[in-house]
Amino acid sequence: MSETYLPEGMPIPVPMNDELDRPYWQGLQDGKLLIQRCGDCGIWQWGPEWICHECNSFNMEWTEVEGQGTIYSWERAWHPVHPALSGHGAYIVVLVELPHAGNVRMIGNLLGDPTQDVEIGAKVKAVFEKHDGDQPYTLVQWKVAD
Amino acid sequence: MSNRTLKGKTAIAGVGETIYYKHGQSPDPEFVLVLQAILKACEDAGISPKEIDGFASYSNDRNEPTRLAAALGINDLRYSNMNWGGGGGGVAAAIGNAAAAVSVGFADFVVAFRGLAQGQFQRFGRAAPVPTVSGGPAYMSPYGVMSPLQKYAMRAMRFMHENKVDHSVLRAISMASYHHAQNNPRAVMYGRPLSEEKYDDSRWITEPCRLFDCCQENDGAAACIIVSAEKAKDLKQKPAYILGAAQGSDHRCGAPVMNATNFPSSSFASLAPRLYEMAGVTPKDVDVVQSYENFTIGVMMAVVEHGFCEPEECNEFFQLENLMAPGGRMPLNTSGGNLAECYMHGLGLQIEAVRQIRGDSVNQIPGADVALNIAGPMVHHVSTVIMGSEATL
Repeated sequence: MSETYLPEGMPIPVPMNDELDRPYWQGLQDGKLLIQRCGDCGIWQWGPEWICHECNSFNMEWTEVEGQGTIYSWERAWHPVHPALSGHGAYIVVLVELPHAGNVRMIGNLLGDPTQDVEIGAKVKAVFEKHDGDQPYTLVQWKVAD
Repeated sequence: MSNRTLKGKTAIAGVGETIYYKHGQSPDPEFVLVLQAILKACEDAGISPKEIDGFASYSNDRNEPTRLAAALGINDLRYSNMNWGGGGGGVAAAIGNAAAAVSVGFADFVVAFRGLAQGQFQRFGRAAPVPTVSGGPAYMSPYGVMSPLQKYAMRAMRFMHENKVDHSVLRAISMASYHHAQNNPRAVMYGRPLSEEKYDDSRWITEPCRLFDCCQENDGAAACIIVSAEKAKDLKQKPAYILGAAQGSDHRCGAPVMNATNFPSSSFASLAPRLYEMAGVTPKDVDVVQSYENFTIGVMMAVVEHGFCEPEECNEFFQLENLMAPGGRMPLNTSGGNLAECYMHGLGLQIEAVRQIRGDSVNQIPGADVALNIAGPMVHHVSTVIMGSEATL
């Protein structure tokens, strides 16, 4: 079992039952960050949807993106709202803009000391966090770029 | 098209509330609480429950109008309406929808209501321990973003960063509610005042919010009855007229994974101008504000988006004395609100506005003619209603 930021027992992400976002989750398992981009007008879109919000084309494509971002906002959660987090203590969640994908935003944890100062605007780098088990999956986490 | 307005066409003629309990402590089932609130509202208005002919609610209220109508022996059910969207974003919309139904003649006595018994059902602030998640939650829950606050703190953190907002703003909003609750025997936090020290010493829930920035969760029910302006004049109470109502949110507010275009927002940016236009008033005309506190951060952004101050003026504007009845610049949450009176999904705040217009609040603003009531800031479909006295028509 590899090291994970949050404890075991958190909800396991699975693709939507209409298959919309299966490529994203499969991509992470394969070590690729895939974001939706419209095959007609070229606009980036996140989270996944069947249609382009700009030109209303259904021709949405999955495009590999560099795992680099900028912290747009953040929060530090202290109060556990899920049994798996009881007794765990504080953790940091960041909302990261992807400059190489039209500044769409992704959520992840900021790796490292959970009491660290967080700077909006700081550059961060994606880290693929593997979860093994019966239903393996991969999360994208973030660490402050050197 | 000038007749496309609600202004002055309808009024709230009766209000009813159960005893407000801490969550899980109601001795009665949720359905009974709703019936109690409706009967009290009928008594307040001086009408028979059999005259009710419509229901409007929000947030997927579990107490369906057909069951209510059968239980109460209503002769002719003419209207029922559910406003989509979770949380309390729909409370003012439910009143607006009821007013719209009455103004076009769908029905004559429409009840806007909400009931919550969380011992019987689930709490909001706890995540259901499900093994797997898909769709929007799959991009948030595995990272520990599950509760309403965890979903909204991110908006406020960005807003506070952009506008250099101090935590004293959130403290003042919280203290205003607790201050007003000390005069309100109905309030769950009656007799439990909040000092600056107590606020500052309270634990973080999710930064930037401490314990006292978060609403309670409660059991109870509330109801108000909307009738035509003509009918309201003949009933027992001084009418609180609906001057304007608006609902919605701006561009891609509900875009998944926090990709709303206008993200550091409480979702009212496009709604507020429509609301004021219909009501024919400006923020300067508003005597008292009830602004739904799911969290103080939402109040801060909602008050800004309704034009009471500029974003960069928050630190000066949100001072406790400005928010206190009777003499503050913008008296806020004069019953104690969701933080300190009761979290009845915001309907208690609407009823407090009716009291202000009638002139019988425990924290009365002398001569209050215009009350603005904001619902469910930061959720993806929000609403606001403006009520007024006869002098405003």
